Amino acid sequence: MSAIRVILVKDLRIELRTLQSLPAMGLFCVTTFVIFRFGLDRTSLEGSLAAGVLLVTVLFAALLAINRLFVAERDEGGFDAIRLAPIDGTALFFAKVLALFFYLAILEVIALPVFAGFFLDDASGLLPLAGIMLLLDMGLAATGAVISTMGANSRARDLLTPLVLLPLLIPLMIAAAGATEPLLAAGGPSYDGVGTWVLTMALYDLLFVLVGYATYEFVLED
Amino acid sequence: MSANIQATTSISTSKRSLVTEPVVAARSLRRDYGEEPVIRDLSFELPTGETLVVLGPNGAGKSTLLRMLATLLRPTSGDLNVLGAELPKQAWKARGRIGYLGHDALLYADLTLREALHFHAQLHAVEDAESRITSLLSQVGLERRTGQLVRTLSAGQAQRAAVCRCVLHEPELLLLDEPRAHLDPAGYGTVEPLIGRASGATRVVVTHDVEGGLADADRALALRANGAVAYEGPASGLEPADARTIYAERPR
Repeated sequence: MSAIRVILVKDLRIELRTLQSLPAMGLFCVTTFVIFRFGLDRTSLEGSLAAGVLLVTVLFAALLAINRLFVAERDEGGFDAIRLAPIDGTALFFAKVLALFFYLAILEVIALPVFAGFFLDDASGLLPLAGIMLLLDMGLAATGAVISTMGANSRARDLLTPLVLLPLLIPLMIAAAGATEPLLAAGGPSYDGVGTWVLTMALYDLLFVLVGYATYEFVLED
Repeated sequence: MSANIQATTSISTSKRSLVTEPVVAARSLRRDYGEEPVIRDLSFELPTGETLVVLGPNGAGKSTLLRMLATLLRPTSGDLNVLGAELPKQAWKARGRIGYLGHDALLYADLTLREALHFHAQLHAVEDAESRITSLLSQVGLERRTGQLVRTLSAGQAQRAAVCRCVLHEPELLLLDEPRAHLDPAGYGTVEPLIGRASGATRVVVTHDVEGGLADADRALALRANGAVAYEGPASGLEPADARTIYAERPR
């Protein structure tokens, strides 16, 4: 636990100092909402279209952070430094999952109100939607941390990470869309079927945290 | 040279059997990158407290050897025992007892010097980390740079900082890849007590300074450009002139 905290604090300190990920993610989200607003020529969205606009935007914003997640480890010898220390290599995995989770949660503090302002007539579904987004964040963070590590030492990493990651995220995104759609329904949120999708997302999150935990030492090896 | 080398190798082989519990023991070690062997059929032992100098031209596999000893690379085949741990299976037993000084400082560029060293101290559970860091930085003349971002340090300052990182946890085995890199004589003078013979640690030193390396070492290992072993034995058994002929061989 101590090693996870040490690596996480280091990551957050570097992000606060350099602002390499969060501002880019926030700007990407806002810009994409503007493009959707004018591209769709709609001032209000609901149901599956609203869910799609929100989730696709968050997904691609997450990719920006996932691509940068191990830049310092790769360029400044962090992988070696951590492997030389008498700690479990999975500490790096859990620290990166938590860092990415924090980035995404902070992003959504900005993105959800902006989304509501641009597209929603009724914002009463936002609070339960925030819960769905946290489940989505955990799945993105766990899967992203594993794939980003695998891609970190590849020359084609900018290509490889999204190409491997996106297919793996399809079940999570389907479940997130299924859970989000009734919450953004016309005439106010409905909760029909949301529980099943939430359970699916929770299982996906658990599965990829376990996969990361079980495989990470191997992924870290040369 | 080859006759001289073979004679000395056979002497060293008979001596080797008398040594117990070496800090490093390699037998028939091989490492390939893809299809190409970088190190082939390497066997040697390094007793506690001794220094091994590793010589050889660029591409001979010196840094690869050091990374294998540091548990950062898996051998393709052969047996490797470091500090009583069979690598790579028991790498966890050796980690934390090794100080590795490679080509990179292994310090995060966007942390201050003190933050970067504190990060390593925490990972290695160094007791009284603050005073240890202060003492080391003072020894290498960086006490006024503690609040400076690592990315703003000069190459020589970064190398001295890397030495502090390398010895922070008082390792038993030092793996030093060209430790004089970027350092002027005065700069090396500040780090020598920490990584030189006076440190008391068992050392493996990769260097291109043939005379200096042999004079500073108990044992020597010379690698050819194709990764084969040209010499393995006591440092006193390898003449600097003979060692230099290895550098004249055609590189891969």
